Amino acid sequence: MTRLHVDWTRCDGHGACAELVPELLASDEWGFPMSRTGERDPEVPPHLVEHADHAVRSCPLMALSRV
Amino acid sequence: MNEALWALGRGTGVVALVMFTITLVLGIATHSGRSLGGLGRFGVADVHRTAALTGVGLIAVHVGSLLFDPFAQLRLVDVLFPFLGAYRPFWLGLGTLALDLLAVVTVVSLLRHRVGPTVFRAVHWLTYVLWPVAWLHSLGTGTDAGSVWMTGVAATCFAAVTAAVGWRLLPSYGERGRTRTPRKGL
Amino acid sequence: MTTMTLPDTRRLLGAEPMGTLPHLSPDTLLALADDAGLTGRGGAGFPTAIKVRAVTQGRRAPVVVGNAMEGEPLSFKDAVLLTRVPHLVVDGLAIVARALGAHEAVLAIGPEIDPAAATEAARSRGVQVARLEGGFVAGQESALVNQLDGRPAIPGDPLVRVTTRGVDGRPTLVLNAETLAQLGLIARRGVAWFRGAGLPEDPGTSLFSISGSVTHPGVVEAPRGSLLGDVLASAEPVHPVAVLVGGFHGAWVPATALDTRLTAHDLKPYGAAVGAGVLHVLGHDTCPIRMAAGIAGYLADESAAQCGPCINGLPRMADALQRLADREPDRTLPAEIDRMRLMVIGRGACAHPDGTARMVASTMRVFEDHVTRHLAGHCEIEGARR
Repeated sequence: MTRLHVDWTRCDGHGACAELVPELLASDEWGFPMSRTGERDPEVPPHLVEHADHAVRSCPLMALSRV
Repeated sequence: MNEALWALGRGTGVVALVMFTITLVLGIATHSGRSLGGLGRFGVADVHRTAALTGVGLIAVHVGSLLFDPFAQLRLVDVLFPFLGAYRPFWLGLGTLALDLLAVVTVVSLLRHRVGPTVFRAVHWLTYVLWPVAWLHSLGTGTDAGSVWMTGVAATCFAAVTAAVGWRLLPSYGERGRTRTPRKGL
Repeated sequence: MTTMTLPDTRRLLGAEPMGTLPHLSPDTLLALADDAGLTGRGGAGFPTAIKVRAVTQGRRAPVVVGNAMEGEPLSFKDAVLLTRVPHLVVDGLAIVARALGAHEAVLAIGPEIDPAAATEAARSRGVQVARLEGGFVAGQESALVNQLDGRPAIPGDPLVRVTTRGVDGRPTLVLNAETLAQLGLIARRGVAWFRGAGLPEDPGTSLFSISGSVTHPGVVEAPRGSLLGDVLASAEPVHPVAVLVGGFHGAWVPATALDTRLTAHDLKPYGAAVGAGVLHVLGHDTCPIRMAAGIAGYLADESAAQCGPCINGLPRMADALQRLADREPDRTLPAEIDRMRLMVIGRGACAHPDGTARMVASTMRVFEDHVTRHLAGHCEIEGARR
């Protein structure tokens, strides 16, 4: 089981992550990611792993990781 | 053959300048957290990265072709240590300096997940030194220096960077186009 | 500062200094903590044995930190421990550090606590004392580790637990001052003694800080699982309306429910937990909305200001609550408060926004009738709208 983890000490709401995995993350009104699955760190289903990794690479502050 | 190498050296140099101009402008756009046209925020980051790596590839050809071109009189030492060259040493030296900076920025950027955000950000600031040095180098070196089209290209790149940096310095830049309280110190 | 104890419970506040410290093996220490069923007294109530076990998993020698930061303004039990019976905390810290072969044992003391007595006690046991900067979140585990490492006293990403990598990159065991005092006593007196008070599922005694509308504010030592009313009795509440159980991050228990047992299970319907034992009594002369708005504003200011939802959400939530306290005729205020509350929960590096949201939610729920009256422009305590 693999999850997306937001390092909140780094995140500044750029929003690339929510664009790449909209099934798992939405952007709130200030630009910060909100988990869509009800879990704090949303579980990444196998078919979304590639997109999740793209999201991890795309965060300019390296606030996203797949754990 | 020599003429071909020289043309290749000049051509790749000019296109690399354009690439790095795009890179810098899109880098500022990435940091702004806004999307551009239909690109999306992730798209802006992706094109920023692609333009940068394309520029690096072009510079590798640029330096390689000039090393093998006897007309350029480029020695290996000139590739690493600036201002020692035989042909237009000052303008060439700027190129060497730009190359050194590019190497550091590229390596650290590729290893950014290993070095962590603090080191990555500190080194990335060097791009604001890298670009002007590269731009000046392109103005003064080579046989196209002073030509109309080269001046035009250089002026356009300058204008683009100036506009982007100007936007970067505006107070509204940090708000990401939303009503938000920004973090301090970012 | 009054200290009172319920009958037959003067374990902590009446303890005498130890002579030589018992030398325990790591396994013995683990077994003691496990069998005693000791849980943290700093607020989270985490099983101590689990934390101790976690720091034994690393390769490097761990660091043991006694947390006496006490950033919660309504809590003063750790101050009492450190000024009255500092040897208890220091001995506990020294015993744990020695058992685990710790590289370092540090007692972290916040600015509100007089360190003199503790420093004296620490000197004789080879325990270091760190006098640190305060703030509401400075006592949070990773914020404390950061400050000890010379970085700003703000929380770090919880992905890497401090028990894995903490002070100086070493596995770090952070235990509340009272937890250490209890653990030291268990090492001396044994598990059966510890379990002689309290409940099977929540044994021992703990300290409660009592403030607010009471005749005798102070610290009470009581068995775990005591009735709320019994713990408050010696403080003599004055016209109590409700009790804020758990401090600024706590929840309200109405004065009609003083027979509630102070256990996780019995407090759950109120959204409350025993936490660090803070009990603040609301009297009939204080508007609860006003009080909650003040607390929410303070908590918004005390945010570490590094996580977006907290930076943006807490001030907006506090602001809406303030306007409600001022009886602004805006019917959308409760919905706005609720919306902000939901935006901040679970989104940040620490539980600061969650705790704030808990207190606010409890206020809106328990004092629903006050909310209704405020929206109509009236407060039975502060009068009609100004």
